[in-house]
Amino acid sequence: MNTQADAVPGSGAEPQAVAPAAMAATRPLYWSVRRELWENRSIHIAPLAVAAVFMLGFLISTIHLAEKVRAALALDAAQQQAHLARPYSVLAILLILNAFAVAVFYCLDALHGERRDRSILFWKSLPVSDLVTVLSKAAIPLVVLPLLTFAIIVATQLVMRVLSVAVLYANGLSSEPLRTQVPLLQMSLVLLYGLTVQALWYAPVYGWLLLVSAWARRSTFLWAVLPLVGICVVEKIAFNTSHFASMLGQRLTGGFAEAFDGGKHTDGIPIVSLAQLTPAKFLSGPGLWIGLAAAVAMMLAAARLRRYREPT
Amino acid sequence: MTVIEARGLRKTFGATIALDGIDLRVEEGRILGLIGPNGAGKSTALNAMLGLTPYQGELKVLGRDPWSERDQLMRDVCFIADVAVLPRWLRVSQALDYLAGVHPRFDRAKAESLLTKTAIRRASKIRELSKGMVAQLHLAVVMAIDARLLVLDEPTLGLDILYRKQFYDSLLNDYFDRGRTIVVTTHQVEEIQHVLTDVMFIDRGRIVLNRSMEEFESRYLEVMVHPDRIAAARALKPIQERQVFGRSILLFDQVDRRLLDNLGDVRTASIADLFVAVMSNPAGQQGAGP
Repeated sequence: MNTQADAVPGSGAEPQAVAPAAMAATRPLYWSVRRELWENRSIHIAPLAVAAVFMLGFLISTIHLAEKVRAALALDAAQQQAHLARPYSVLAILLILNAFAVAVFYCLDALHGERRDRSILFWKSLPVSDLVTVLSKAAIPLVVLPLLTFAIIVATQLVMRVLSVAVLYANGLSSEPLRTQVPLLQMSLVLLYGLTVQALWYAPVYGWLLLVSAWARRSTFLWAVLPLVGICVVEKIAFNTSHFASMLGQRLTGGFAEAFDGGKHTDGIPIVSLAQLTPAKFLSGPGLWIGLAAAVAMMLAAARLRRYREPT
Repeated sequence: MTVIEARGLRKTFGATIALDGIDLRVEEGRILGLIGPNGAGKSTALNAMLGLTPYQGELKVLGRDPWSERDQLMRDVCFIADVAVLPRWLRVSQALDYLAGVHPRFDRAKAESLLTKTAIRRASKIRELSKGMVAQLHLAVVMAIDARLLVLDEPTLGLDILYRKQFYDSLLNDYFDRGRTIVVTTHQVEEIQHVLTDVMFIDRGRIVLNRSMEEFESRYLEVMVHPDRIAAARALKPIQERQVFGRSILLFDQVDRRLLDNLGDVRTASIADLFVAVMSNPAGQQGAGP
């Protein structure tokens, strides 16, 4: 009757063989990013809304498109381009500004909202580390928003192009000036570069906002802004200098000056040429690398802070 | 195998001592009830075990240090608490997707089949569910995780009696087995007395009583004393005496049952009554000490 003794040697290896199968493969970072998208629908709704409003304006403007193209034909090449490419460029700038605004408000709430709605203990009851959580939240402004913005801009520009060609065709005009003066493929490369520059250059801004959202119990916006203003004021009164203020200014606006050659182009003329990109200058400047190091430090600090945090 | 082991576990918030050097040991397959008044340190102790709060002293849960290894520990530990709120914006289907995506021991099919027994729809957001349904959802999710330790901190707070009963019934019938361990705190002590294998009273950061339920049942007896035997009963040094409908009910610790049978109707004490006796009576507290 008793066959258990025979089973013992064989059964020894069995639990080990079964154990790895019982552990399903997981992708905590990927699912945590998706989780952010479920919670923060403004990430995709805001750029779509901006693009939709812009398209409405553009649709109405196509009434005058034929006249505009005829008028442009009389101008020299540079001015032609300024006229014809402007709507495409305005759209891109609007959506890039939108991405920055969404990123700022997203970051301010990212690690604060989970404490405010007291769901943090639920998230912490799952096998996802604080570092993965912070990385998934940092991925929104650094990866998701730039890619999404890129896709929406390129898609909208394609729709604009198709519409324009159709309108010109209906008016018996050639679409040749559009094709030569508004090189969409080349512009999308410039755009991809610009969005990468934006993400890298603003990384410490996002890092700071995530750190504040992990730290502050309330009023994250005030905590993010007032200490910086305070340092500027103290420096000004104590030493009558404004190094800190100019550093902040450089961080907010200096990235594009380093990444693009703005020497020859005047205001209002869109950047369409790859020759205007200066990646070597951008990558070799200390500002970028100091900023990235600060971003990493602040994100690590935010992850560490989250470990100590309980619902507010 | 020991699931939780603490030695000199201590935690202070400023001048307030939440845990005053606790020693405890919970073996696999036990269901431990942690009972104490508000602010006694129950939640702090549970939070320390879950790696949600830093502490002093030694603490190992499933052989791990909870504070530094929370994320690995949570593969084998589940937690339901009144304060660990499910996010209101989350959809039920998203909760299942997320769990399946991040938890190596989550069995989605099991969670789905548990949910079919409820009125919860997959497309609903948490904010659209009643409090009872949220508790059902959380329990279904947790029961679908093949965890070794389940920590429940007031899991049924604010639920009506039907949901509370259902909660513990499904926990016992469909989840608990000898390979799992459960630690639970609640104010509804009467409802979980039959569920527990061990009970621990905690007061002002200290463990004031620690018994297995077998010990508890053989040791603490309650007698509704005949009015003419009251003097004899009091001579046996009850740890508590109370009046119900004009009759005296005396609670005894380690008094021979044959002696008590002569005094009146004898029955096993309830955890709630012993708790009141221990908490209101410093002498009893010493007598019942661990």
